[in-house]
Amino acid sequence: MTTHPLGQDFAVGQELPARVFIINRECLTQYANASGDQNPIHQDEAFAKSVGLENVIAHGMFTMGLVGHYVSQIAGGNSQVREFSARFIKPVIVPAERDVELKVHATVVEIHSETIRLEITATCEHTKVLGMAKALIGVIHQ
Amino acid sequence: MLNPDLVGRTIVGVSSTQISEEAIAIFASALGHHGHTAADAAPPTFGITLTLSESQTLLQGSGLDWNRVVHGDQRFEIFQPLYAGMILSCNCTVESARAVAGNEIVTVRSDLISEEQTVVSSWSTLVFRG
Repeated sequence: MTTHPLGQDFAVGQELPARVFIINRECLTQYANASGDQNPIHQDEAFAKSVGLENVIAHGMFTMGLVGHYVSQIAGGNSQVREFSARFIKPVIVPAERDVELKVHATVVEIHSETIRLEITATCEHTKVLGMAKALIGVIHQ
Repeated sequence: MLNPDLVGRTIVGVSSTQISEEAIAIFASALGHHGHTAADAAPPTFGITLTLSESQTLLQGSGLDWNRVVHGDQRFEIFQPLYAGMILSCNCTVESARAVAGNEIVTVRSDLISEEQTVVSSWSTLVFRG
């Protein structure tokens, strides 16, 4: 058994509690301003459609950032995240008139002396939007 | 068309940026993490705020159209978490560039350097849709 700073025990194969994040156009504008990524495909519907997209899509890094928040919470803080990677396999399409739900959950796949590795699933409207999403987080043995 | 000389193109950051507490707090808040304090490390993806604009500079003049870019994949290795007050510079290199099914796929590696140590390495694969 490996014990986490917050006192949680981890075992290989263990599924960690899921979390749902809400995504809407307002979130994307906030993220664009916070990150400096002002690509109009994430805010301007007419522009997004003009370049062949179905609608405005979330920044991949916004989706990954939300997953990062989930991982940090499991890890007991941002400072415990050592590696974090994901492939953006499907866009998160964000219509103007409603919220979209991003559902995230993680499974413990490896336990090392000071770290554990998580595999993460992120789905939006029943479609997997991230592939190969993984994180390595620090843990403390007791 | 893809410039064949792109692979290996490098920029070594000469200018440094000091990370502000406000920038981290705004970024954290945009990800739904309110109540971020100066004692907290930046979110694990915060480095992208520094590396993506450097990547854009790196790829200037390559003929790639930023209006047609989507993010293909992203990886971070975090050797030291980022905190407010750290002074960082960024070195970027094009690690690979290839054309696949009409798209041009470019991977840029960015290293964030603080006090001569790499604190975060980031690999961004960008897909320029054909």
